[in-house]
Amino acid sequence: MKTEWPLWEIFIRGQHGLSHRHVGSLHAPDAEMAIKNARDVYTRRNEGVSIWVVEAAQITASSPSDKGPMYEPSESKVYRHPSFYDIPEDVGAM
Amino acid sequence: MYAQMVRSTGTGLKSADEMSAKERAFQARIDAGEKIEPKDWMPEGYRKTLIRQIGQHAHSEIVGQLPEGNWITRAPTLERKAILLAKVQDEAGHGLYLYCAAETLGVSRDEMTEMLLDGRMKYSSIFNYPTLTWADMGAVGWLVDGAAIMNQVPLQRTSFGPYSRAMIRVCKEESFHQRQGFDIMMKMAQGNAQQKAMAQDALNRFWYPALMMFGPSDKDSVHSAQSMAWKIKMNTNDELRQKFVDQTVPQAEYLGLTVPDENLTWNEEKGGYDFSEPDWEEFFEVIKGNGPCNTDRLAARNKAWDDGAWVREGMMAHAEKKRARKMAAE
Amino acid sequence: MSRDAAFYEFLLRMGDNTLILGHRVSEWCGHAPVLEEDIALANTALDLIGQTQMWLGLAAEVQGEGKSADDLAFLRDAWDFRNLLLVEMPNGDFGQTLMRQFLFDAWHVLQLRALTGSSDERVAAIAAKAVKEATYHLERSAETVVGLGDGTAESHARMQAALDYLYPYVGEMFLSDAVDAALVEAGIAPDPASLRADYDETLARVLGEATLTLPEARRARGGGRDGKMHTEHLGHLLTTMQWMQRAYPGATW
Repeated sequence: MKTEWPLWEIFIRGQHGLSHRHVGSLHAPDAEMAIKNARDVYTRRNEGVSIWVVEAAQITASSPSDKGPMYEPSESKVYRHPSFYDIPEDVGAM
Repeated sequence: MYAQMVRSTGTGLKSADEMSAKERAFQARIDAGEKIEPKDWMPEGYRKTLIRQIGQHAHSEIVGQLPEGNWITRAPTLERKAILLAKVQDEAGHGLYLYCAAETLGVSRDEMTEMLLDGRMKYSSIFNYPTLTWADMGAVGWLVDGAAIMNQVPLQRTSFGPYSRAMIRVCKEESFHQRQGFDIMMKMAQGNAQQKAMAQDALNRFWYPALMMFGPSDKDSVHSAQSMAWKIKMNTNDELRQKFVDQTVPQAEYLGLTVPDENLTWNEEKGGYDFSEPDWEEFFEVIKGNGPCNTDRLAARNKAWDDGAWVREGMMAHAEKKRARKMAAE
Repeated sequence: MSRDAAFYEFLLRMGDNTLILGHRVSEWCGHAPVLEEDIALANTALDLIGQTQMWLGLAAEVQGEGKSADDLAFLRDAWDFRNLLLVEMPNGDFGQTLMRQFLFDAWHVLQLRALTGSSDERVAAIAAKAVKEATYHLERSAETVVGLGDGTAESHARMQAALDYLYPYVGEMFLSDAVDAALVEAGIAPDPASLRADYDETLARVLGEATLTLPEARRARGGGRDGKMHTEHLGHLLTTMQWMQRAYPGATW
């Protein structure tokens, strides 16, 4: 009988106001235990105020071979960044 | 904690001409300091070497719980008990992070565990030495964690992303481990005659095993060139061993303890200590399974695994029942 | 019995429970069925050791003989200990350990909740910190008892055996004596018997989900919290725990 507990990916909000961040993985029989295990494994040093768990098998990831088409087109959209625009200092804070 | 690589199945270092186009591109990414992520293409040798190295490293953390765990119930004060327990618990956490990093390479934790339990995979030789007195908690923290940190700090920059991230977390958490060990040694070195004798005895027993943690001398270490090219190994064994000795000898002097090496002398020219090599014959015997505690350590891991089977199965069966009940209700 | 003498006894009862149970749980470190459980058990033990430092620290202060929490933990003899018999029972298998933990946690949470309203500010402050820890312990131990009780045939049988073995020690939590009377009078601690109804409710709910059957109530096995008759297990535990302090008197570590 294969009984290895499924793998879960753990996301923790470190402080109020921040996004949840991936901190690592662990094994647990179900989502409720995954949250408890995450609390015991990943917040031993007071690292979190909120935990998300996702079964690793449920995550769909982009393929690394698509890296070019996926991400490079945005490199040329420089006008999306504030540093693209020259505003004279006299204008003040903007 | 650190696992020295003693066997390697990787091939020798290939020249650029011998590499396929994919391998060349892969090596170029590593040379450029890019991280390799689990879904990226990688040479089979890279994957295999990493599974073995990260697996050994994880096993070392788990087996490494045992010699220190041996003293949790005998710690002399409530505070020492809490510190030691927190430290040994950290080792379990580090094993967990490392197993997870290896799992991204397509091997499950249970598979790796089984390979540890039946002897197909190794763990660091240091944990086959016994902890006989409370001073050993000091010596292990000071020397063994000290040696481990020396290895682990550069591994934060290793090329494989999940391994590198695990090492960053491990290093952050381990920063108190060596200090608590040295703190124990200080208390004992400043204590009564019995305590001083215990501290010296612990140093005597752990000095050479700690030196062995860096693995065999570079001239006898197979395939480290390939691992270094892949940035799976960041420094040579001898470099790290020298660094460890240079850092540790003044600390021993501070404690008023004697490093058990008659040949230990400062070498002005190289700016480091000359020191005696550990007994490499003993090292290879311990690796082969003939150290003082190999049998006991593996027996303890096997017992925990076997005794825990019904728990892992029971919890999983309940989770499946719960899922089925939920599905039926929907 | 003077108020201070009763107060000291009470603090030993609280501190010895967490000391002995923390010690027992710490015995698991490195030997649990799965890494996640190993880490979780160590967290529980660490919380209990921390609580011990607070309770026995206060006990030493109330005693007023210049002793420390360590002196009380490591230099008292078996007959001086005031813990419930339940917590000195051996770990057994993982199921027995978690059943013991659950039976204790279910009481501990109620006791600490009541103590947050203690007339003694120091007691209320310790309870306020400890109750958060104990609440999590209970969530975790209850969920594990349910998981294993309602798991496989083997896990169910083991959990039922653990419950049958440990349940006779539950009654001691609700016994009262002169110490309790003095504390109730002073508004420091609740009457133990007053916690029973809520306790039974928690047990009925969790054990029901776990598909386990409460054994028929037998006479409560007491002798721990008043120190009159501990089990044989305590002596072995103390021999290990106190060895360093006994072997090297006066040394600092």
